[in-house]
Amino acid sequence: MISLIPLFPLVGFAVNGLWYAAVQSRPGGKSASAGVTGGLATLAILASFVVSLMLFLQLQAMPAESRVIEQVAFNWMQIGDFKLDMAFRLDSLNTLFTLVITGVGTLIHIYSIGYMGHDATPGKFFAYLNLFCFAMLMLVLGSSLPILFLGWEGVGLCSYLLIGYWYADMEKASAGKKAFIANRVGDLGFLLGMFLIFTTFGTLDFVQLKSVVTAAGHGALPAGVALGTITSICLLLFLGCTGKSAQVPLYVWLPDAMAGPTPVSALIHAATMVTSGIYMLARLNFMFSLSPDAMHVIAITGAVTALFAATIAIVQTDIKKVLAYSTVSQLGYMFLGCGVGAFGAGVFHVITHAFFKALLFLGAGSVIHGMSEEQDILKMGGLRSRMPKTFFVFLIAWLAICGIPPFSGFFSKDEILWTAFSSPHGSTWLWAIGAATAVMTAFYMTRLFSLTFLGQPRFKESHGHSQHADHAHDSHAADDHGHGHGNGHGHSDGIHVHESPWVMIGPLAVLAVLSALGGFMGIPHMSWLEHWLEPVLGAHHGIAEGINPSMEWTLMGVSVAGAVVGILVALKLYSNLGAAAKIKDASSFLHKVLTHKWYVDELYEAVFIRPINALSKGLWKGFDVAVIDRIVLGFGRVSQAAGQAARTIQTGSIQVYALVLGLGLIATVGYLVYGFAR
Amino acid sequence: MALLDNHLLSVLVFLPLVWALVGLALPAGKEGGVSRIWALVGSLLVFALSFQLYGRFDAASAEMQMVEKLPWIESLGVSYALGMDGISLWLLLLTTFLTPIVILGSFSAVEKRFKEYYFLLMALETGMLGAFVATDVFLFYVFWEVMLIPMYLLVGIWGGKDRIYAAMKFFVYTMVGSLLMLVAIFYLAHQHQVQFGSYSTALSDLYKLALPGDGWWSIQAILFLAFSLAFAIKVPLFPLHTWLPDAHVQAPTGGSVILAGVLLKMGGYGFLRFAFPLFPAAVAQYQGIFMILSVVAIVYGAWVATVQPDVKKLVAYSSVSHMGYVVLGLFSLNSVGVTGALYQMLNHGISTGGLFLLVGMIYERRHTREIADFGGITKVMPLFAISLMIMTLSSVALPGTNGFVGEFLILLGAWKANQVLAAIGALGVIFGAVYMLWMFQRVMFGPTSNPENQKLKDLGARELVVLLPLIVAVFFMGVAPNFFFSKMETSVAAFLKRTQPALSAVATAQNASSQQIETTESQ
Repeated sequence: MISLIPLFPLVGFAVNGLWYAAVQSRPGGKSASAGVTGGLATLAILASFVVSLMLFLQLQAMPAESRVIEQVAFNWMQIGDFKLDMAFRLDSLNTLFTLVITGVGTLIHIYSIGYMGHDATPGKFFAYLNLFCFAMLMLVLGSSLPILFLGWEGVGLCSYLLIGYWYADMEKASAGKKAFIANRVGDLGFLLGMFLIFTTFGTLDFVQLKSVVTAAGHGALPAGVALGTITSICLLLFLGCTGKSAQVPLYVWLPDAMAGPTPVSALIHAATMVTSGIYMLARLNFMFSLSPDAMHVIAITGAVTALFAATIAIVQTDIKKVLAYSTVSQLGYMFLGCGVGAFGAGVFHVITHAFFKALLFLGAGSVIHGMSEEQDILKMGGLRSRMPKTFFVFLIAWLAICGIPPFSGFFSKDEILWTAFSSPHGSTWLWAIGAATAVMTAFYMTRLFSLTFLGQPRFKESHGHSQHADHAHDSHAADDHGHGHGNGHGHSDGIHVHESPWVMIGPLAVLAVLSALGGFMGIPHMSWLEHWLEPVLGAHHGIAEGINPSMEWTLMGVSVAGAVVGILVALKLYSNLGAAAKIKDASSFLHKVLTHKWYVDELYEAVFIRPINALSKGLWKGFDVAVIDRIVLGFGRVSQAAGQAARTIQTGSIQVYALVLGLGLIATVGYLVYGFAR
Repeated sequence: MALLDNHLLSVLVFLPLVWALVGLALPAGKEGGVSRIWALVGSLLVFALSFQLYGRFDAASAEMQMVEKLPWIESLGVSYALGMDGISLWLLLLTTFLTPIVILGSFSAVEKRFKEYYFLLMALETGMLGAFVATDVFLFYVFWEVMLIPMYLLVGIWGGKDRIYAAMKFFVYTMVGSLLMLVAIFYLAHQHQVQFGSYSTALSDLYKLALPGDGWWSIQAILFLAFSLAFAIKVPLFPLHTWLPDAHVQAPTGGSVILAGVLLKMGGYGFLRFAFPLFPAAVAQYQGIFMILSVVAIVYGAWVATVQPDVKKLVAYSSVSHMGYVVLGLFSLNSVGVTGALYQMLNHGISTGGLFLLVGMIYERRHTREIADFGGITKVMPLFAISLMIMTLSSVALPGTNGFVGEFLILLGAWKANQVLAAIGALGVIFGAVYMLWMFQRVMFGPTSNPENQKLKDLGARELVVLLPLIVAVFFMGVAPNFFFSKMETSVAAFLKRTQPALSAVATAQNASSQQIETTESQ
């Protein structure tokens, strides 16, 4: 039964993919419509959702301590002591992930039918989207690290393919490649971590691993294993997380990944794939909790990433880039939570973030759609009245991410902040960074919201009902993709702003409800979620000595007040753009550094890419050609022989030459044999 | 039928040659139409026949199977001895699988001397199959050299504009390597005479030799190095790889596919079949050095591949990197690593063979292989794009493809042997993605701005038939590796058993010496 969950999207991929390759892509082949291909893909993922839901209910009916469903599909590899099954295991942790992936996934598939309606190759798009869901589900359902890794690299591939979906634009293609390679750097750590686990514990299966690692009791090191080994394992695996979940120092690919179609940004680069790192930490929480050093590294990395990305988000003007940096920042929160031992809080934020960030991205997609491909928030404004439905759902998502009660983001963010302060692994500093980030988040999200929806329009509007405007889509980004409707941007005579169709608004409405109410699954002190996750994540972590539990309410008040201040300041500031510009001018240096994203890309280029490239060229010309070849070719002055051979061949007597060669060989051998035998 | 029952290996080995000789007598036909059909039918027949190997092979036994033995040069104890085990089985099948693909793939690529071209391809098949089943070292050597001639001619006659230089370089390199191996073979035969009173070059006899193997320059070590030189050149192992890029770039597509697909494997096979069991002490002694060289090959090959302006040369350097993995796995000297290495040899045959075929297909259309001449090909050739993407994924070892299984096991095996070297070797995971994806991007993505690229035709039916078996193999081998492992397991274990005592002896010696150093230091 479990294997049906990934199987449906795999079949969907196969059908759409083969149909596209064998029929639609052939010369003279006609593209199938987004309605048909998207409908098919949606059915596939919807079927997964139904199965996921059924299994969730089945788990719920079981007694808490035995909530596990397993299925071995087949034996993948077996050599000596290394045995690997293609097996799936569903428990209280990953059942939540499957629900989010298939649930939010279904909504995004539906939305895409509208959004990709005028794309030239929807069959290909939906095939990729299904393939992604397959890989993502393998990632969370796999019963061992290598299966998780299979999904892990699989989602990386789909991310690559979908970021560079409009491949005719070299910049988009580069963004895809950058994502793949940055992820590969992380995957190297993942691989080595797996190897070290296998040589240390002799298994890669989660359940077996847990029983070996926790054999000596809770919090005690397993016999014969040094703490350094555990720490190394954790740090290697965490390197994998920094790649996949876009943390410092490997986060650089995620902002560029916005080159992909917006539904992709919502599904892959906000709701699901980028949270894989948190899933892995939660899955292996029994290992990570053994190493205080590794936990510190994770917490600090998370906190630093959260703050760092927030600073960049403040000055971005591309609506998707702001959301991208905000995603990096929010992922930092999740790692902060895990790093202080609150894996449950991390998972909680994964879920609420999946709701509100998917909503933000899809809402942004609706805006981009309605604005005929405009992504610059400086050129928007006043959309509140022109796209009222989008405005309304975006409003909810905005309040959720800012952490305003009772919207979902408030609960999960607050739990992370409280544990960052109170947990034995936590500290005031970690809390302070988290709280400061929360204020900045409220500020830049309000800036985005205000510049997009409030005030007066800052673009030229056309009121005439232009046919072209209805057809204007993302697909124009690829100049050779259009089906003959590529000449009607309508920019020249203003933009005809229009609300999106119901196929797009519908999913937004569902996500808006989830963003508004999703937090109630984790109300402090009566959290359903925490209780549900207990079999996997263990009982509630304690609070450090000397911390007064009543501080929780004080700090909650502080962070909500901070968010409100951030919102109000931004609302005031961006209601008067002239004043905002003055502040920008006054801090031009800082502004420049932030706009250039702290020059991290430039740094990597100078430190890694260019030197290795130069070295490679040097090795090729300077070693292969100049040293080795010279030695070998000096051997018997080959060049002369080559000249001779050339003439022989060119006379046309190849057979003769072959004969001579063969005879010569036999003669040599014969002589040696004969001489020796005598 | 009795012939097939008792002499299956001989029939299999010589059928291609005999078939090809008959082909020489036939007219070539218009545009070589007769020659190529004749060769295709023959190679398919051989492929079908090779299924017998799979059917009759007993995986539970590590013994040589379907053995044949006839005295040949009695004064030297050389015999015509054939046999196969789980190590040769899949390499034989790889050879018979790739040959018809190469022949079909050459239909439009070869434009002159059709008869000779297909004759040489099939003669080459005889050489390759023979080398994989020879159980007499001297016989192996003969097949080894026999392969050289058709390959030399394929490059020298049907190659690109610098074909003579490349062919000569290939020839000199391999000749130099194999001559030392020949000398070592004679020494072994001689030792057999000294120790047992009669000359012999039969592998099973040579196993019994007692050869002093202590230290870096023991008799075993010198013999091992002589064999290794030949094998390392063939693999090719850094720094003996520089013949490969030239040979590949100049060779016709068919030659490149066979070269990468099968010939290079001869090096890895040689290590496992001959060097390991004959010189176990020396192998244990030199394990570290070979691991270092292969790790260097992985990274070096990848780096140099990245900066190649020519697609074919890029793929050639990628072979250096991938074959570095193979040697790394072999010299990890544990079952996981060695199985991974054997598997990676098959994978490399599939994926690099596929890449060379694809490069050939685009070359036939554009008559260039410069990456800079391409761009935006995906738009005009979607099926080509899909095929190239699949081979690329196999090459970068994405889980689900064959490449992952091999690379994962090799690195895991190497990790067990030496964590630091395995970690450095694993860098290939990153750099492999860099050169393949960068190449893919520059060739396939971007605007289709060059007018010559705008009117390219997508793959035709014949080309799809050529590629489809490889594509299926990529996924089948990625998902069902046990289908292959189950036949290799017993043989690999038997081979490793021979090296194990030597390995632990060296480990003990090293421990003793390091302890000695520690004690002297503490004093």
